[in-house]
Amino acid sequence: MSGRPPLGLLARFTSAEQIVAAAKLVAAQDYRAVDAFSPFPLPELSEALRASAAGVKWCVLIGALVGALGGYLMQWYTAVHAYAFDVGGRPLHSWPAFIIVTFELAVLGGALAGFFGMLALNGLPRLNHPVFAANGFQLASRNQFFLLIESRDRKFDPKRTRELLDSLGAAEIVEVESE
Amino acid sequence: MSAERVSVLKPGETYASATDQISALVLTEPTRRTWVLFFVTSAALAVVYLYAITAVFAIGVGLMGINIPVAWGWPLVNVVWWIGIGHAGTLISAILLLLRQPWRTSINRFAEAMTIFAAGIAGMFPFIHLGRPWYFYFLLPYPNTMTLWPQWRSPLVWDFFAISTYILVSILFWYQGLIPDLATLRDRARTRRTQLIYGFLALGWRGSIRHWRRYETVYLLLAGLATPLVVSVHSVISLDFAVTIVPGYHSTIFPPYFVAGALLSGFCMVITIAVPLRRAFRLEPYITERHFDVMAKVMLSAGMVVIYSYAVELFTAWYSGDPFERGMLVNRALGPHATLFWIMLAVNAGVLQLLWLKRVRTSIPMLFTLAIVINTAMWIERYVIVITSTQRDYMPSAWGTVSETHYDWALLLGSLGLFFFLMCLFIRFLPVISIHEVRELIHEQEEQRS
Repeated sequence: MSGRPPLGLLARFTSAEQIVAAAKLVAAQDYRAVDAFSPFPLPELSEALRASAAGVKWCVLIGALVGALGGYLMQWYTAVHAYAFDVGGRPLHSWPAFIIVTFELAVLGGALAGFFGMLALNGLPRLNHPVFAANGFQLASRNQFFLLIESRDRKFDPKRTRELLDSLGAAEIVEVESE
Repeated sequence: MSAERVSVLKPGETYASATDQISALVLTEPTRRTWVLFFVTSAALAVVYLYAITAVFAIGVGLMGINIPVAWGWPLVNVVWWIGIGHAGTLISAILLLLRQPWRTSINRFAEAMTIFAAGIAGMFPFIHLGRPWYFYFLLPYPNTMTLWPQWRSPLVWDFFAISTYILVSILFWYQGLIPDLATLRDRARTRRTQLIYGFLALGWRGSIRHWRRYETVYLLLAGLATPLVVSVHSVISLDFAVTIVPGYHSTIFPPYFVAGALLSGFCMVITIAVPLRRAFRLEPYITERHFDVMAKVMLSAGMVVIYSYAVELFTAWYSGDPFERGMLVNRALGPHATLFWIMLAVNAGVLQLLWLKRVRTSIPMLFTLAIVINTAMWIERYVIVITSTQRDYMPSAWGTVSETHYDWALLLGSLGLFFFLMCLFIRFLPVISIHEVRELIHEQEEQRS
């Protein structure tokens, strides 16, 4: 642990309004490696830090398309080629009857891809993370809000960054050690 | 912001108070005697279910009262009833999320649990009814040595795909909603063992705003996927009936009729669970009178669609001029199960109208009684549909009826026991109210007030 640079500075805020204002200012000062922790989703905060959800949207779309296409092709292949079964001369490729299973598999594919895509893009499961060691971080799941500025940010300076966070009204600022 | 919307939560709740109170129910609250009583009773009934299911698997379906011509009998009544109960959970969690109804927040978690347990129990009844349940995998499409594939034009195969997709998507949706709350429990837990268990289940959730952003997006998209899914599930089940040529089954009103009936009985079950839960765990600040009022209104509107469907069935039978359709209705109204038909009509079309009165909607004892009575009548409705239709179809020489045995009763009451047994476990080990959504709601209310 010792000798390695810290992961960054973690500032605690006591209200949602404060952390949103702080995040906007930090972003305006051109900090990039910034993360925030909140007990519930805060759209203004994710906007301030330019958090993107584009990846998961693609996951859901692709999952649903794969499910639909796979489902339809499976029915077509098995009903027309693998096990052609003539019932009263009806067409083997009876597509209206295939729609329901196609739909169900589209929903299933989209849901599975969305859920697991969300976890994968979030880097979860990851049972431990350096921020958990920071003093008081358990309150991030109760009523406190945290802003983390990582030391890998090119604007990061131990002294000046701490001063900046202090001026933004942080209730407490702690150093987070790297792994 | 109107005063009505504020009353979704009792005023004065903060992030901290909501977090502490709801997580304490799981972590520090001593086991209550009411809970033990419910748990032991339902566990005993669940054992009855296990006994009945084992006997039916080992000896055969002849133990139940099913026979030709009423081959579907009680198991199918139970499938339709149970899956219908599950649907209210999805309506609350998915459709009301898309419609931005703030009152869903306090009840969506246990309603989703209800969905999963009810759908799972519903899914068991077709297996019980199969006769050779170990061959159920014939429904699965996989390359096999017999080079057989499922018959894709069969509603039973659609059903298999619809119900299994529904159960899987419901579990995903429920678990995703639980992840931040499991993290809350992990952070509040005092003992090493609970920290490890909840920590493992929380998958290392740390509340990063970048994570929340993706989380929220996927949650909304899952709700968007679950909404048509839930409508499709009961519609597909109704096609099992409607695709046949049996008078009383062969009807185009069935899909919307079944979906509306599902919502009616599902909301009855939500109320049946919410009332004792709220009382026992002092959840009055989160589950307010307003919730009951709104749920009663949903029951009423779904019930009106059910009544409309009854009317359409009657009208179609008369207007079609088909002697068999007309005969089916005469049999329902005057035949061997006429009493049940009239009870169904009296309750679902008559007693339901009490919900027009605000006094009834906001009186919890009355609503609770009404929910149980209507839910029973909804079971009777499915009995009337499933049994009186096949009882007397085209050939009088083939007429017959069902004679239920104590295995039918054991499976029905036992499945109720299993359901409440699972609910008891859920209440004890997981937060019954979504903690992070309550925090979000408090935040929204504060913002709108300022």
